[in-house]
Amino acid sequence: MEKLLEVKDLEVSFKTYAGEIKAVRGVSFDINKGEIVAIVGESGCGKSVTAQSIMRLIPMPPGIIKKGSIIFEGRDITKLSEREMEHIRGSEMSMVFQDPMTSLNPTMKVGAQIAESLIKHQKMHSKEAWKKAIEMLKMVGIPNAEKRANQYPHEFSGGMRQRAMIAIALACNPKLLIADEPTTALDVTIQAQILDLMRDLQKKLNTAIIIITHNLGVVANLAERVLVMYAGKIIERGNLDDIFYNPRHPYTWGLLMSVPTPDLDKSKKLASIEGTPPDLFAPPVGCPFAPRCEYAMKICYEKYPEEFTVSDGHSVACWLMHPLAPKVKPPVGKGVTLS
Amino acid sequence: MMVEGMPLVEIKNLKKYFNVGRGAVLKAVDNVNLQIREGETVGLVGESGCGKTTLGRTIVRLYEPTAGEVLFEGKNVHKLAGQQLKEFNRKAQMIFQDPYASLNPRMTVRDIIGEGIDIHGLYKNKERTERIYELLSLVGLNKEHANRFPHEFSGGQRQRIGIARALAVEPKFIVCDEPISALDVSIQAQVINLLMELQQKLKLTYLFIAHDLSMVKYVSDRIAVMYLGVIVELATSEDLHKKPLHPYTQALLSAIPIPDPETERKKKRILLEGDVPSPINPPKGCRFVTRCRYAKPICTEQQPELKEVEKNHFVACHLY
Ligand SMILES: Nc1ncnc2c1ncn2[C@@H]1O[C@H](COP(=O)(O)OP(=O)(O)OP(=O)(O)O)[C@@H](O)[C@H]1O
Ligand SMILES: Nc1ncnc2c1ncn2[C@@H]1O[C@H](COP(=O)(O)OP(=O)(O)OP(=O)(O)O)[C@@H](O)[C@H]1O
Ligand code: SF4
Ligand SMILES: [Mg+2]
Ligand SMILES: [Mg+2]
Repeated sequence: MEKLLEVKDLEVSFKTYAGEIKAVRGVSFDINKGEIVAIVGESGCGKSVTAQSIMRLIPMPPGIIKKGSIIFEGRDITKLSEREMEHIRGSEMSMVFQDPMTSLNPTMKVGAQIAESLIKHQKMHSKEAWKKAIEMLKMVGIPNAEKRANQYPHEFSGGMRQRAMIAIALACNPKLLIADEPTTALDVTIQAQILDLMRDLQKKLNTAIIIITHNLGVVANLAERVLVMYAGKIIERGNLDDIFYNPRHPYTWGLLMSVPTPDLDKSKKLASIEGTPPDLFAPPVGCPFAPRCEYAMKICYEKYPEEFTVSDGHSVACWLMHPLAPKVKPPVGKGVTLS
Repeated sequence: MMVEGMPLVEIKNLKKYFNVGRGAVLKAVDNVNLQIREGETVGLVGESGCGKTTLGRTIVRLYEPTAGEVLFEGKNVHKLAGQQLKEFNRKAQMIFQDPYASLNPRMTVRDIIGEGIDIHGLYKNKERTERIYELLSLVGLNKEHANRFPHEFSGGQRQRIGIARALAVEPKFIVCDEPISALDVSIQAQVINLLMELQQKLKLTYLFIAHDLSMVKYVSDRIAVMYLGVIVELATSEDLHKKPLHPYTQALLSAIPIPDPETERKKKRILLEGDVPSPINPPKGCRFVTRCRYAKPICTEQQPELKEVEKNHFVACHLY
């Protein structure tokens, strides 16, 4: 397998008047060509910031990349000039954002926004670009594409804006597509179509996809590998089955146990992970999950756990994996029902 | 749990059309009838763009209806004025779908949550501050967050600020427009547990718009399924899941992604073929006809009416 992207020891902070928010605290991972990797984890844990760093879209200031490198096809993104980066963005890698309204241009017709990217990166003529734009809108399932192309983003529903964003991102056949919550605003039938669309793209064009989502159903449907983040760190990583059937980190257990399934019992409260994630102004030295972890030991508060290998490609940053730690039976996984 | 009670909200023949230029009219909500009883949660699901948000916004007076009316505690909300209007604006709240666009970027979290408290004169000074902290902790944020601005928060955190703002004025009825889509599952569970707890404690009534059908089923007493501006099915959440009648509902339920890789690998979905029609020129007969596997000649001719085919189970489809 050929590596497309290599993120090494990435640290990203935001300097605010109240102090430094350490949003990403030493994250390393690889993405191979044509691979679909999901990033999951609690709200605020640094998923979007990681993605924005790869696209070099962190607002600076207040943001700074404090450390690390991001190698995309042999080039270190963190060292490129803005002009070089602009060329890569939209043509070689593109992103579908979590918030379609702030990333679509409100003063520009939706069709023109897609066409613009094609004119800029594919050097298409405007007529040809407009035709392709309409084609793209059709491809993402927008009815009346000819008419819709002439409308402004505020005239679209939430889900249609999301699809328009996906059309823009896919227009130039990127090598890497980063999709940040691409289907949260969509109903499940359209969501299924978008997931199929992404899978098609990967198969046909060998596009690598990083998908960030809260929906573990979507992960189970689409991803090949999963990175679980917590408080700015990757705390568990593995292939799809490792994470769903042999999870090892107590946070991953909590995550899997809180997933809603169609046969939830209404008379019971939903399982959730009690407590709140740590303050990223002053992240703890030890395991950031310790205050919420029912298995926490003394060492958990004192030292950040190293990544222990469970099997090839499956590793976990948790002291429970230490040979001297007490044996704990995972509450979820193979043979354990989720609800 | 079926709540038998007075309807708190009555939606009668409600239409909301948008002029979209060159004489074209977009029928976002087209003749919707629905009653929401006091203390009840009605789930509202349906395709993106089918009019859920528009319906919600019209109910809470963010839009004037094109035709029809919305009664709240028996009064037409679009005709309210003076003190009654102010009361309605307190009692009926909306949690917005887009946590980015709905928070004023120049206000601190403290002021965003405090605004409603001030307008309605609910708490002052120290009590106001305490109330704000209480609301923050209720939604899983803390005091330290009070002086920050919306752009300093992640998507999920912003959504929780929106929820705290809605709860601040002690409403009776909340339109929850995808309140949990932007949240991770554990916080989703916390927010849902919170919304349910508050419902019991404060006898709240919800219209709950969401795409996550498992969650909608869990929170709702009844579920309304919308397609292209109309309600196509309405039933208790149990009945809807056990025995979906409308072909669109059936497709919707089959498409729920299940958080289990093996199930997903094996799963057969009902794939919806055909174009999603436009609400600008909706099909003449049944609005689902262009994508329906069972369509008969009559379906292209005549729009089916929403009728009760089993007790408390309504469907708009010529098959029944
Ligand atoms: N522009 C910014 N200024 C200050 N802090 C920021 C900024 N952008 C992000 N942060 C902070 O960085 C942390 C990580 O945010 P990020 O958006 O990556 O979270 P996330 O994992 O994507 O969460 P969600 O699932 O809610 O979208 C958060 O604590 C957030 O408050
Ligand atoms: N202000 C507006 N002007 C013109 N058209 C609008 C306006 N607001 C909504 N629409 C249109 O009305 C229809 C219904 O939109 P609405 O936002 O209610 O859908 P929704 O069911 O909430 O969808 P989603 O699940 O994607 O949020 C869509 O076709 C949309 O394009
Ligand atoms: S390292 Fe310790 S605190 Fe952290 S998850 Fe593992 S057991 Fe829990
Ligand atoms: Mg995010
Ligand atoms: Mg909506």
